[in-house]
Amino acid sequence: MAAISREEVAHLARLSRLAVTEEELDTFAGQLDVILQSVAQVGEVTAADIPPTSHSVPLTNVLREDVVVPGLTPQEALSGAPDAEEQRFRVPRILDEDVAS
Amino acid sequence: MSDLTRLSAAEIAGLVAAGETSAVEVTQAHLDRIAAVDDRVHAFLHVDTEGALAAARGVDERRAAGEEIGPLAGVPVAVKDVLTTKGVPTTVGSKILEGWRPPYDSTIVERLRAAGTVMLGKTNMDEFAMGSSTEYSAYGPTRNPWDLERIPGGSGGGSAAALAAYEAPLSIGSDTGGSIRQPGAVTGTVGAKPTYGGTSRYGLVAFSSSLDTPGPCARTVLDAALLHQVIGGHDPRDSTSIPAAVPDVVGAARLGATGDLTGVKLGVVTEFTGEGAEPGVLAAFRESAEALAKLGAEIVEVSCPHFKYALPAYYLIAPSECSSNLARFDGVRFGLRVGDDGNRSLEEVMSLTREAGFGPEVKRRIMIGTYALSSGYYDAYYGQAQKVRTLITRDFTAAFEQVDALISPTTPFVAFPIGARTSDPYQMYLADLFTIPTNLYGGPAISVPCGLSEGLPVGFQIMAPTMADDRMYRVAAALESTVGTFTPPAL
Repeated sequence: MAAISREEVAHLARLSRLAVTEEELDTFAGQLDVILQSVAQVGEVTAADIPPTSHSVPLTNVLREDVVVPGLTPQEALSGAPDAEEQRFRVPRILDEDVAS
Repeated sequence: MSDLTRLSAAEIAGLVAAGETSAVEVTQAHLDRIAAVDDRVHAFLHVDTEGALAAARGVDERRAAGEEIGPLAGVPVAVKDVLTTKGVPTTVGSKILEGWRPPYDSTIVERLRAAGTVMLGKTNMDEFAMGSSTEYSAYGPTRNPWDLERIPGGSGGGSAAALAAYEAPLSIGSDTGGSIRQPGAVTGTVGAKPTYGGTSRYGLVAFSSSLDTPGPCARTVLDAALLHQVIGGHDPRDSTSIPAAVPDVVGAARLGATGDLTGVKLGVVTEFTGEGAEPGVLAAFRESAEALAKLGAEIVEVSCPHFKYALPAYYLIAPSECSSNLARFDGVRFGLRVGDDGNRSLEEVMSLTREAGFGPEVKRRIMIGTYALSSGYYDAYYGQAQKVRTLITRDFTAAFEQVDALISPTTPFVAFPIGARTSDPYQMYLADLFTIPTNLYGGPAISVPCGLSEGLPVGFQIMAPTMADDRMYRVAAALESTVGTFTPPAL
């Protein structure tokens, strides 16, 4: 049985903000199915009482002195932006126009 | 003086410091070599000719003025395109960052400059360091100098191939699941993954933040140690950086080179020396283990029962972290923007940008990660993988109560032909079968050339406890002292 359907892959693509093509959906559905069936092997391990590890370095609350250090200028920070205006990143519209007006 | 490209970094640094050659001469020799062979190898995505020569002139001027020039002054280095370089293009092998010139240097690159090294340019890699062959680079594959029809490993295939092709004596890689060690193994070069947190991730374009570890690549163990020493150590700009000094890796490499391993106990990982590895790889590994025994090491078998679940656990954890990390590529702050025609919404532009900018493997991993983290699947996939990670760590801890270091082949197979594994993504993942457990544990590991199988290099892996990076250098240098180094056919 397939672990994942074409429709589920389309949903994942939407969540991932990937405007995939119909052709890609066909390819990815098969490939993701193989990958997910393989990685599902982790389920064979009895681990109900085992604590999870998210990170191998046991450092917590790493703080620094509250002093000003040199940072990027606005010009530097915006230097790679596709579009910028008045020292800000310029983005496409976020709200529908009738809502915005 | 084309000979200069055949020298080790230690030799070059010695000659430059003594004034027997200049940094400019050394740099020019490597730039000439790149010009002669890189159209065939394609190790580099960007060669910074002017920047390299300017840096070399700076070294020569400081030396002439009697100033401090740094421990690796005048030694050329190639940097994987995953690290930011101020004003120098950084693509991560992806179209989504094509043309991006970062406004700041990564800590690793800053330390390379401070050590007097000369950065030649940026090396090719699988897009966002996701891959084991460099075939997933958006800019075309790198070829293995041992056989141009074969892969140089990945994701850091460019950094390894540059060494094997004598385009650079040193290079920097990053290892999330084997991306330093596996390319080292299949190109006959040395690749070391430091302890996680032992090298700074500041300015390393993130793939899987709990695993990503930058580290040194070289043609000799001592060179790798010298580079490790220079780039390692605490960095306040990386909150996962370990606040401790770099273990004495250089001293350990020199000690190992004496060829005496008396008192060192090594464990062969039982799970990695059975089926799943090519016979030629296993034969070279076993011969090398016997060679280490002749140097005085005690060799025993150690079972790590959960290692077989490392690959599936990794391919849940790494994609999960990647799906989160790569959300920053949204067509707003840097890189590509597609479809902004004044009518489309931000979300539409974002989706079109990511669709156009990411390659198939990156898309697969983002979707796998999104799946593994989604409610309803989280416990069975990501949550379970994190528990398996704990069990793998316990396997390492138990093993290191019995032995000083673990040993195995670095990869199950030698360099495969270009195109052989791209149609089935999971077949590609198997290249990292033996390297991945170390990343989940967080300890250091090194790959050192140990022989040939079918005329192609085989890598020997040494895995050490967290912050005992020096141990693996000692064993690696001892092995090198007995098996020697391996030179590919002339290009």
